[in-house]
Amino acid sequence: MSNTTHTFKPSLPPPTLNVGVIGWLRTNLFSSVGNTLLTLVALYLIWLVVPPIFNWAFLQADWAGATRADCTAEGACWVFVKERFGQFMYGFYPAELRWRVDLTAVLAVVGAAPLFFDRFKHKARYGIALLVAYPVIAFWLLYGGFGLQVVPSSAWGGLMLTIVIAAVGIAGALPLGILLALGRRSSLPAIKVICVTTIEFWRGVPLITVLFLSSVMLPLFLPEGLSLDKLLRAVVMVVIFEAAYIAEVVRGGMQAIPKGQYEAAAAMGLGYWRTMGLVILPQALKLVIPGIVNTFIALFKDTSLVIIIGLFDFLNSIKRATADPAWLGMSTEGYVFAALVYWVFCFAMSSYSAHLERKLNTGHTR
Amino acid sequence: MKMVKTTLAIVTTAAVLGVSGFAQAGATLDAVKKKGFVQCGVSDGLPGFSFTDAKGAYKGIDVDVCHAVAAAVFGDASKVKFSPLTAKERFTALQSGEIDVLSRNTTWTSSRDAGMGLVFAGVTYYDGQGFLVNKKLGVNSAKELDGATVCIQAGTTTELNLSDYFRTNGMKYTPITYDTSDESAKSLEAGRCDVLTSDQSQLYAQRIKLAQPDEYVVLPEVISKEPLGPAVRRGDEEWFSIVKWSLFAMLNAEELGVTSKNVDEMAKTPKSPDIGRLLGIDGEYGKDLKLPKDWAVQIIKQVGNYGEVFERNVGAESNLKIKRGLNALWNQGGIQYAPPVR
Repeated sequence: MSNTTHTFKPSLPPPTLNVGVIGWLRTNLFSSVGNTLLTLVALYLIWLVVPPIFNWAFLQADWAGATRADCTAEGACWVFVKERFGQFMYGFYPAELRWRVDLTAVLAVVGAAPLFFDRFKHKARYGIALLVAYPVIAFWLLYGGFGLQVVPSSAWGGLMLTIVIAAVGIAGALPLGILLALGRRSSLPAIKVICVTTIEFWRGVPLITVLFLSSVMLPLFLPEGLSLDKLLRAVVMVVIFEAAYIAEVVRGGMQAIPKGQYEAAAAMGLGYWRTMGLVILPQALKLVIPGIVNTFIALFKDTSLVIIIGLFDFLNSIKRATADPAWLGMSTEGYVFAALVYWVFCFAMSSYSAHLERKLNTGHTR
Repeated sequence: MKMVKTTLAIVTTAAVLGVSGFAQAGATLDAVKKKGFVQCGVSDGLPGFSFTDAKGAYKGIDVDVCHAVAAAVFGDASKVKFSPLTAKERFTALQSGEIDVLSRNTTWTSSRDAGMGLVFAGVTYYDGQGFLVNKKLGVNSAKELDGATVCIQAGTTTELNLSDYFRTNGMKYTPITYDTSDESAKSLEAGRCDVLTSDQSQLYAQRIKLAQPDEYVVLPEVISKEPLGPAVRRGDEEWFSIVKWSLFAMLNAEELGVTSKNVDEMAKTPKSPDIGRLLGIDGEYGKDLKLPKDWAVQIIKQVGNYGEVFERNVGAESNLKIKRGLNALWNQGGIQYAPPVR
């Protein structure tokens, strides 16, 4: 017996048909006759749809110029969007004062930035200070007064108005919704009845009705000459309306918290507010991040409903610009641009929520 | 908390309903003078009537009516603030006092004039429902439209007028209803319908939206009466007269040949007694209206006469190129007619 050392042959590479691009194609797109057929149909559809859209939007589009006469090509005429860009963004906000809107936006980004650094220590205190100070500063910058020229809310418009409504709606609806959710699960009958009634009433009517009511019915009840600001009316309605939805989302999260958590908190000697604030809500809110963000995304898109009460949000600014006889027939370009901008905002929100979920994940998944 | 608010709201509402009544005569003019501008309700976007240009300035026939009222009251046409209103909001906005004048392509009808707490001050534009067809169809009159597929913009009166017209003439049609003018224009272009119906003033705007506007033609028939004009709150005759005569001043100016270019010259040496009276050289006609002596001069100088306003916004000088038609002066084949200043 001779001692021979057995040397393994290096393993052969997997068959070329199973790896790389070809392998991926085989397993994912052409694994069976049915799948192959579906793939071919899908490819055909893409070929049918994408090249014309690409042609229209890029290859045959007009980019340069200043008037409708420059729209000579077959495809889209982005000159329209370019010329009206300022109006789409700021509405009637005086051009020489638009830096105030920009500054408000920059302040929001810069102000909120520390909250996104994990190493920043005083997040809670800083966050609360920001929540108190920022709205005041933002209102002062946007509206004016105290040394700044006043820009009435009737001059606000465009994307800026959309963001204002959405931001105030989100900032107002979340706390109000949490309170309503707590009230609905309260053991005090009076509070419970009030909260249930509020939630069910506001969830039971469409937002468009509520906005309409605020703009058409309310003025009839106010004395002649006294008119509440139209934007204020709309924003208040949006806040209350969305709060009812948030309340139900949050309640769902609270119901998912096992009873043991409540009992443990009680055993620690925590009162109601501390139980909720330190034990229940942090867990419940984390659970319902997708639901809350879902509501916010819906809210952002719902802001376009203010079109019904003649507020010039982003979408309505575009609609109005298409009524200019100098630019008739540009509605396709306008609405495509609108869709793109809405998509960017909503996608950013949902990406952030996905990130937040990953970060806060403490293993609730089973 | 909620309950308290609701109760409060009910109490306030009751109190308010108790004290607020109809507008007092003269109240609007005083209020307007006090706040320093005319609050004017306009459309949220209608080509030629009310729209905003690239700089964000309001333009259009309806808008110019507001400017004329401001020019008459303040001698400064720029003292106007605009409230863009949707069709549903417009009457409430006027009734509740949010606006002083409603100049928003509103059709003058009996129910609106008598039943809604408002009163129409005149007609700025005689409109009517018409038809837009492809020239290829070879149709020269709406009477030849038997069996056609018709694109309609949703809106009850448009649909009702259409069905009335076809029934009266014993013709059949297939309606396709759309929500917006863009959709119906695209649909006509794609050949989904043979003919598009809407108010004539809008058909001209629709036509521009098409890729080849020259291949389409607006038929001569008008199947409904749509006189569009400014309205004010019922119960304040003084303000009503001011709006009415601001409009009449523009019409009279055109009839007398006074334009924004020659008005200063005319005011120095009026060519006829009529012009002298209109421009406040002879007599005190502004005083009757509680307006300055030169009220009409200011309107004509800053806004223009009716012809200028028409041509600038919807006529030959605009992209819409609408012909005067019914809106020509009475002595030029139309029906625009203003009582004299005397």
